[in-house]
Amino acid sequence: MISFRIRKMLQSAQGELPLDISCEIPEGQVATIYGASGAGKTTILRILAGLLHPDEGMINADGITWLDTDRSINLSPQKRNTGIVFQDYALFPNMTVRQNLEYAGAKEDKKIVDELIGVMELQQLQARYPDTLSGGQKQRVALARALVRKPKLLLLDEPLSALDNDMRAKLQDHILQVHQYYKLTTILVSHDIAELFKMSDKVFVLERGCVVKEGTPASVFSSREISGKFQFIGDVVRIDREDIIYVLSVLINNNIVRVTATDEDMQDIKQGDKVVVSSKAFNPIIRKITIR
Amino acid sequence: MIDLEPIWITCKLALATTAILFIIAIPIASWLANNRSRLKTVVEAIVSMPLVLPPSVLGFYFLLAFGPAHGLGSILAQWFNVRLVFSFTGLVVASVIYSLPFMVHPIQAGLSGLSPYLKEASYSLGKSRLETLFKVTLPNIKPSLLTGIVLSFAHTIGEFGVVLMIGGNIPGETRVASIAIYDEVEAMNYHSANVYAGILFAATFVILLTVYTVNHRYLNRLHL
Repeated sequence: MISFRIRKMLQSAQGELPLDISCEIPEGQVATIYGASGAGKTTILRILAGLLHPDEGMINADGITWLDTDRSINLSPQKRNTGIVFQDYALFPNMTVRQNLEYAGAKEDKKIVDELIGVMELQQLQARYPDTLSGGQKQRVALARALVRKPKLLLLDEPLSALDNDMRAKLQDHILQVHQYYKLTTILVSHDIAELFKMSDKVFVLERGCVVKEGTPASVFSSREISGKFQFIGDVVRIDREDIIYVLSVLINNNIVRVTATDEDMQDIKQGDKVVVSSKAFNPIIRKITIR
Repeated sequence: MIDLEPIWITCKLALATTAILFIIAIPIASWLANNRSRLKTVVEAIVSMPLVLPPSVLGFYFLLAFGPAHGLGSILAQWFNVRLVFSFTGLVVASVIYSLPFMVHPIQAGLSGLSPYLKEASYSLGKSRLETLFKVTLPNIKPSLLTGIVLSFAHTIGEFGVVLMIGGNIPGETRVASIAIYDEVEAMNYHSANVYAGILFAATFVILLTVYTVNHRYLNRLHL
């Protein structure tokens, strides 16, 4: 269990912004901090990793106090055992992929490096330098490097925002896989609703420095619990009115799906909104996919 | 036979100055690269002053400061029996200050251009500041380090005014090549002057050529 309470005055583009949050994340969960850019998401990760000092606060990880401003406790980043994946990956340009991983570990710890190279499918890239890798490859190396020390807490700062959709989906699977395999507690910063629906057990919605909502993705992002078995997140790209109903074109994973909506549904939906499209499970159309 | 000692003294002076500068410039440059206080501006201005001031002004103040009759010079003379004026040690001290910006500026620029996340990533991987400096920060600014080393070396070779003011022209002690050239020309000894000048000319060209070749190769490797 990771619990923290943080207060810090931030200097944002719109003037001073007080950051004031407290969260509890049970062991083994993926929690997502969701919010617009400039809401203070990255600051929270940096404070958790010990790279930034809050004005006031407390961080407790599995019974160990990392930070307590009242008792003047502040563990250095070196002692906190967090794995962090930065937005720009921060791979060391002077080291090969393998050396990047080895740098993170103790000398006698070759086994975990080999294991992570296998798990993250980096065998072919071991001897390459970071500058020669694609975004997705860098992301895998950064994730592997963050895991070498077997951290208690994995911090991911919008690690997938620069990748295309296919690569994103694949890396989301990778993250979930290592999260379960190494029994991590993970905090993900994201502003992509589809991503956090797929990845997280718990969501904290951050607005102007405060958590305004928290809970499961479904409870946070839909006004009522949905009993449907299928649900997809998409963007409304077009709204047409046909007789008494509306036809919405929703972009879901590169596919345009046309769905109908009533006047009541449409009250607060406009073009550009993110929506959940769900269907109950009793009338699906199922067809086997064959390669012709 | 021409006395080659001035060339040797010049090399010794440039090597000593560059080595000392390399060690002291790294902490100064990293402080300047990571600091945003008002004090930074003041320090930056002080570090850059030798770029603008006439060497004779610097030399004059060194002479006042280190002369055995006044302030710092008298303390050094009485307590440590060190005399900085008209000695090789004094030349090294003066050269270090005179060439300071040539070492600090390239390193500072290199450090500022490095993503701050590299350092933070290293810290979060459990590495100390010192280990991070030697294994992550410095290896990734190699071209800047090389530029700093070469500029300081070359600048020290080319020193004239400061050396003349504080070192004088003592053969075997402070008579560097640039002074020797001036001296030989004054004595209408054009042949000797020609030899010294030719050696400096060729050496400087070879040094700079080597550096640019190495740096280009390094940069090419980075941008495959």
